[in-house]
Amino acid sequence: MRIALNNVSKTFDGKTALAPTSLEVPPNRTLVLIGPSGCGKSTLLRLVMGLIGPDAGAVTFDGVPMTPKTSMELRRRLGYVIQDGGLFPHLTAEGNVTLVARLLRWDDLRIRARLSELCALTRLDPQLLDRYPIQLSGGQRQRVGLMRALMLDPEALLMDEPLGALDPVIRSGLQEDLKAIFQRLRKTVVFVTHDMGEAGYLGDEIVLMREGHIIQRGAAQNLLESPAEPFVTEFIRAQRPLWTGEREAAG
Amino acid sequence: MMLRMVQWLVIAALLGSSVHARPAVTIGSKAFAESWVLGDALAALVRQTGRADVEHRKNLGGTEIVYQALQSGGIDVYPEYTGTIAEVLMKSSGRPSLAEMRAFLKPRGIGISDPLGFNDGYALAVMPATQKRYGLTKLSDLARHPDLRLALSHEFIGRKDGYPGLARAYGLRMTDVRGIQHDLAYGALASGQADVMDVYTTDAQIAKLGLKVLEDDRGFFPRYDAVLLYRLDLPRRAPEAFAAMQRLSGRVNEAAMIRANAMVVLQKKPSEQAAAALLRDALGAGQDAGSAQAPSALQVIPWNVLTHMELVVVSLLAAIVVGVPLGILAASSRLMANLTLSVTGLLQTIPSLALLALLIAVFHRIGLVPSLVALFLYSLLPIVRNTYTGLANIPPTLSEAAEALGLPRMAQLLRVRLPMASPSIAAGIKTSAVINVGTATLAALIGAGGLGNPILQGIALRDNALILQGAIPVAVLALLVQGGFDLLDRVWIPRGLRLRG
Repeated sequence: MRIALNNVSKTFDGKTALAPTSLEVPPNRTLVLIGPSGCGKSTLLRLVMGLIGPDAGAVTFDGVPMTPKTSMELRRRLGYVIQDGGLFPHLTAEGNVTLVARLLRWDDLRIRARLSELCALTRLDPQLLDRYPIQLSGGQRQRVGLMRALMLDPEALLMDEPLGALDPVIRSGLQEDLKAIFQRLRKTVVFVTHDMGEAGYLGDEIVLMREGHIIQRGAAQNLLESPAEPFVTEFIRAQRPLWTGEREAAG
Repeated sequence: MMLRMVQWLVIAALLGSSVHARPAVTIGSKAFAESWVLGDALAALVRQTGRADVEHRKNLGGTEIVYQALQSGGIDVYPEYTGTIAEVLMKSSGRPSLAEMRAFLKPRGIGISDPLGFNDGYALAVMPATQKRYGLTKLSDLARHPDLRLALSHEFIGRKDGYPGLARAYGLRMTDVRGIQHDLAYGALASGQADVMDVYTTDAQIAKLGLKVLEDDRGFFPRYDAVLLYRLDLPRRAPEAFAAMQRLSGRVNEAAMIRANAMVVLQKKPSEQAAAALLRDALGAGQDAGSAQAPSALQVIPWNVLTHMELVVVSLLAAIVVGVPLGILAASSRLMANLTLSVTGLLQTIPSLALLALLIAVFHRIGLVPSLVALFLYSLLPIVRNTYTGLANIPPTLSEAAEALGLPRMAQLLRVRLPMASPSIAAGIKTSAVINVGTATLAALIGAGGLGNPILQGIALRDNALILQGAIPVAVLALLVQGGFDLLDRVWIPRGLRLRG
C-alpha cells in the first residue's frame, strides 16, 4: 500500500502541531518517525488514521483520500497499535483480537485458524487468550494489541510508540520480535518512537521531526554521517547509548 | 438485553392498565378522616341502590388536587366545605352566598348540593394548662400574649380566611408561627412544643386531648358548611346514584360527625364502619356500609406492596429506556451535555406536590398515570448523569482505538463504549431505583395507592402501627432493590471490568 501525505497541516487551538507536510511512505518498508515530545509525529500518525481531520491537504492510500466516507473502509485495511496495546478492558484478549472479524461475520473456523497463526507470529501463549487485559503483563498486552491490529491482515501497520510503557528487558525482546515480524510480513509500516536506538534497529528509513516540521529523512547511518542541521546530531547524541560513553572514555 | 427491557415495559404497562379500569361513579375524598367517612358514606348510599360500579378514591390530598381531579373527570363527586369554595376556588375575600357559589361553579361544569347539615369551621385551640396559665378564653385574648407558639397547618397559614386575616382582625403580632402537618400539631401541643393550633370544629381530637377551643368573639371565621361538589354530568349519567347521595343533605349534624370522626381517629375503626354509623345517625336504622367490608392489614399489605412495585418498576423501566439514550446524547457534545443535564437537574428541583398538581392538570386524571410520570421524571437524573459520566470518562485513547479498528459508530457505542460505561450506568440505575422506592410513597397523595397509603392514613390518624405498615415494607423493598441490583451487576457489567489487577 502506498501512503502519501500531500501538504497536510494541523493546528490545535491556534498552535501548529504539524506544518504543511508532504511525505511518501515507501510500500513494504518500515518508516520510523522520530523526534522530541510535541514534534508532531503522533499527530501525523493520527492524521493518517483519520482520527483527526487535517486543516488542509489530504492523506491518500493508493490514491484514495481519507475522508469521513472512506475512513471505515480504509481503517480496516490498516492496523493501528498504541502504547500498552489500547486493549478494551471489558473484553478478553481473544474478544479484543476478534472484535471486528466477528462483526464482519467471519466463521468460527476461519477465526480459530487466524488466531493460532497470529499467536505463533507474535509468540503469545494461546492459553492467555481467555484472559482479560488486567490479567496480562505489559508485554503480553502489547502482543495482543499487535494481534488485534493484524487480525484482518491489513496492508499497512501504524504504530504509535507501542513499546513506550515497557521495561527495557521486555522492550528489547519485543523489538527483536517486531523486527522479525516486519521482515516476514513485508508490510508497509509507519512506526513512531522517540528512541533513536529503536529507530535505527527497526527502521529501513528514519524521518526526524521537530516542532511540526520534517527536518531530515534517510537511513540511520545517513542521519549520523550527514546531518541536515546541527539539531540532528544534537538529537542523536542526546540519546547516545551507554557504550558510546565508555568507548570515548577508553579512547 | 434492550429487547427484553422493552418486553418488560409492555407487560408492566398492560398489567397497570388492566388493574385500573374506571367505574361509573367515582367518589373522591381529601386527606383527612372526616372526608373519608363522608366518601365512604356516599359510596354506601350508591351501593344501596344496587349499583356495584362505584369506587371511592380515598385520601387524594388537598383542595387543589381533589378539585383538579373533579374538574378533569378523575372523580365525579367529593365532600367540600362552603368556606373552602369561597376562599380557595373563588378566591373571594367576601362571604359569597350558596347561590353565588353555584353561579360561579356552573360554567365550570360543577354543581353544589344542599348543605349536609354540619359546620366544620376553623377554630384555634390550646391545651387546658395553657388556658389556665394565660387565662385564655377568646381569640382576642391571644393579642396579649405574642410569645405564644403557634403550630398551624400550611393551608391555614396560606389562606386569607386563615391566619393572615385572623391576625388582622384580632391585631395579633405573634412571634413564633410555624407551619406543620395538621395531624402532627396535636402531638406538638400535647408534648408542649407548641401552644396554639388550628382545629376544625368537628375534630375528634378536641374531646380526646381536652383541647379548649377559643371563642371567635369577633366572628372572624366563615362557615364551613359541608356540601357535595359534583360534576354536572353526573345527574344525567347516574341519576339514581346521584339521588341516593343527596339523601345526606340536611341530615348530618356536628355531633354525629364528631362521633364518626372519633371512631376512625380515636378508636381506630375502619372508615367504612364509621360511615355506616354516620348513616345510622343521619338516616335512621337499617343502614349499613353496603358490601364495602374493610380489608384486614394482612390483605392490604401485599396489595400495597404490589401496587408500589408496579409504580417503581414501570417508572424505572421508562426512565432507563429514556435516560440512557439521553445520557448518550449528552456525551455527544458539550452543548448537549449542558442542555440535557440542566433540564433533568431542573426537574429534580420541582417540589413533589407541585409536580403532582401540574401533572393532574396536564393529564386530566388522577392516580396511576400522573404518579408514573412524576416518578419517571424524578428517576431520570441519576440515570442520565451516570450514563453521561460513564461515557465521558472512557480514556480517549480507547475511544480512538475503537474508531481506528474501523468499527461503525453504532458498533463503537454498543460493543465498546456502553459496555465500558456499564458500571457507571448500573450505579445510576441502582440509585434511581432505591430513591424511587421511597418517592413512590407520594403516589398515594393522588390516589395511585401503594405503600404511601398506610403512611398517609397513619399520619392522618396519628397511628404509628399504620405508618409502620407502610414504612417497614418500603424499607425492606429498598434493601431488596439494592441487593437485587448488586446481583444484577454481575449480569450487565462485563467480567473484565469487575476484576482487580
